[in-house]
Amino acid sequence: MHEVRVAVRKTYKLYIGGAFPRSESGRTYQVTSTDGAFLANAALGSRKDARDAVIAARKAFPGWSGATAYNRGQILYRVAEMLEARRAQFEAEVAAAGESPDTVTESIDRWVWYAGWADKIAQVCGAANPVAGPYFNLSVPEPTGVVAVIAPSTPSLLGLVSVVAPAIVAGNTVVVIASERHPLPAITLAEVLATSDLPGGVVNVLTGRPAEIAPWLATHADVNALDLSGVVDPQLATDLERDAAGTLKRVIRPAATPVDWAAEPGFDRIRALLETKTVWHPRG
Amino acid sequence: MPEQVHTESSLRRFLHGLPGVDTVGAAQRTAMLGTRSIKTTAKAYAIDLAIRMTDLTTLEGADTPGKVRALCQKALHPGAGAPRVAAVCVYPSMVATAHEVLRGSGVELASVATAFPSGQAPLAVRLADTAAAVADGATEIDMVINRGAFLAGRYLEVFEEIQAVKKTCGPAHLKVIMETGELATLDNVRRASWLCMLAGADFIKTSTGKVTPAATLPVTLVMLEAVRDFAAAHGRTIGVKPAGGIRTTKDAMKYLVLVNETAGPDWLDPARFRFGASTLLNDLLMQRTKLSTGHYGGPDYFSLD
Repeated sequence: MHEVRVAVRKTYKLYIGGAFPRSESGRTYQVTSTDGAFLANAALGSRKDARDAVIAARKAFPGWSGATAYNRGQILYRVAEMLEARRAQFEAEVAAAGESPDTVTESIDRWVWYAGWADKIAQVCGAANPVAGPYFNLSVPEPTGVVAVIAPSTPSLLGLVSVVAPAIVAGNTVVVIASERHPLPAITLAEVLATSDLPGGVVNVLTGRPAEIAPWLATHADVNALDLSGVVDPQLATDLERDAAGTLKRVIRPAATPVDWAAEPGFDRIRALLETKTVWHPRG
Repeated sequence: MPEQVHTESSLRRFLHGLPGVDTVGAAQRTAMLGTRSIKTTAKAYAIDLAIRMTDLTTLEGADTPGKVRALCQKALHPGAGAPRVAAVCVYPSMVATAHEVLRGSGVELASVATAFPSGQAPLAVRLADTAAAVADGATEIDMVINRGAFLAGRYLEVFEEIQAVKKTCGPAHLKVIMETGELATLDNVRRASWLCMLAGADFIKTSTGKVTPAATLPVTLVMLEAVRDFAAAHGRTIGVKPAGGIRTTKDAMKYLVLVNETAGPDWLDPARFRFGASTLLNDLLMQRTKLSTGHYGGPDYFSLD
C-alpha cells in the first residue's frame, strides 16, 4: 500500500524573549537558494518587533550580566554542544545559501573560542592601578547593556556567530537582525539557543530588511550600543551612526575593507562592548 | 437617607435584589473593547488625559519625606509639555510633607486612611486616622471598607462606618476602596459598589494595590455600570478609580475605552475617573515622548519614582 505522506514544513519565525512569535506585522518574505529555488517564507520583521525585542533584551540584562562569568562560559559552551548536534541541518542551510559547509565547523569552533573568554575578560581588561595615595584603585570591565547588531549578510552563520558571541560573552544582551538574503541559519541558531540554558531574551533574532528595522534600533533610547558590521551601504551606515549619536550609543562601524570572517577574530569585539568602572577604595 | 437602608434586612434585601453579573459576559466584553486600536492624534489625546487622571501614588513602608517631596515635584512637572497629574496619594504620616509642596498648585493631595490597607482597627482609630490626614491638608481621603463585615453580611455596619468616615472627612472628597480582590465575585463587587455609593462615597476605588488581583477590566466594568445606574436613579455622579496593576499606556487606554463605552464620555474627566498608579506615569511620559520625537524612549531618561 502506498500512501502519500503530507510534508511537515517548518515555519520560520522570529526569536524574541525566548519565544518564537510571528512578525507583529503578519508579513513574510520568500527566501530562495542561490540558484533561485524557493526555500521558505521567513518573517519580515517590523519596527514593533524590534521594540518588543529591545524590551525582552532589557528584561534579560540584569540576570545575564549578573550571572557569574564562569556560569556564562558554561552556558556558551553548552550552545556549542547543541550546534554540534545540529551540524547536518546547518550544513544543508549554508549550502543552500551557496556557502561552504566548512563555515559550520568554523562557527562551532568560534563559539567555543568565545565561550572560553567568559571568565578571562576581567583579567585582561581589569587592573589594579597604582595611585599616589592610600587607596586601592581598581578598574573592572562591565557590559555596555543592550546591543543592537546588524549581522553580516554572508557568511550567514559564521558571520552571525562572530558578532553575537563576543557581545553576550561579556554579559550584554543582543537584538540581532539576521542576514536578509540568508536568514534560515539564524533561525536555526535561535532554536539552538532556546535549548541551551541561555536565558530567554539574551539573544533576540529578527529577520527582515535591515534598512527598515535598523533605524528604529539606532534611535531607540533603551539600546546602548550599535554594531553595524553587516551594513554594506555606506550612506545607511553613516545615517545609523548619526541617529545613534542622539542617545550616545557606542557604535561599531562596518570594516572599511572586506573582513575575513574565518580568521581568528582577536579580542576587539569583546572589548568594544565593555565599559570600565574604576573604584577608589581607602586602604588600611 | 434612601429608603433601602432603614434596617439591616432592608439593606440586604436591596443589595441581594441587584441583578446578577454575567462573569463570562463581562470578561468577553472587556476583552473585545480591549482590541480597539487607538492611534496618532487620538492616542496623544488619550495619553494626556490619562496623565491628568493619574493619582501618582507611593505607599511603601520605606517612604521618606525626601521621596515624597520628589514625587510631588514630579506631579507638578511630569515632563516637557506634559499636563499635571490629578493628585498625589500618600500615607497619612506623609501628608504634611506633601502639603508643603502641593499647596495652592491645583494638584490634589490624597491620603489613604482608616488603617490602610487592611482596615482591621477599631472604628475610633480609623476615624482618628482620617481626621489627622484631613487636618494635615489632605483634600481627598482613600478609605478601605471593612471587608470582614461585608463578607460576613453585616452590610449596615459597613454602611454606617462609611458614613462616619464621610462625616469626619468634612470638605475632603471620599474615595472608598472595596478591595475587589478579596470580594471573590462580581456580584459582590456590584453590591459593594452600591453600598458605598448609598453611604456617600464620592469615588469608588477597586483596590489597595497590596492584594492580588488588583484592578481588572471586568471589575471596573461592573463598577462603571454601577455609577452609571446610580446617576440615573439618584442624580448624583460618582467617580471610579481602578488602582494597582495598571502599568502601561496600553492598559490605561483599555480602561479609557471601557469608560467611554460604559459610563459615557462624561466620565472621561479627572473629576470622575482616576488611575491609582506609581509606574504608569513613566510609561505614559515615554509614549508621549515617542509621539513627539518619533523614536522609542528608554527608562533611563525618566526618574525612577
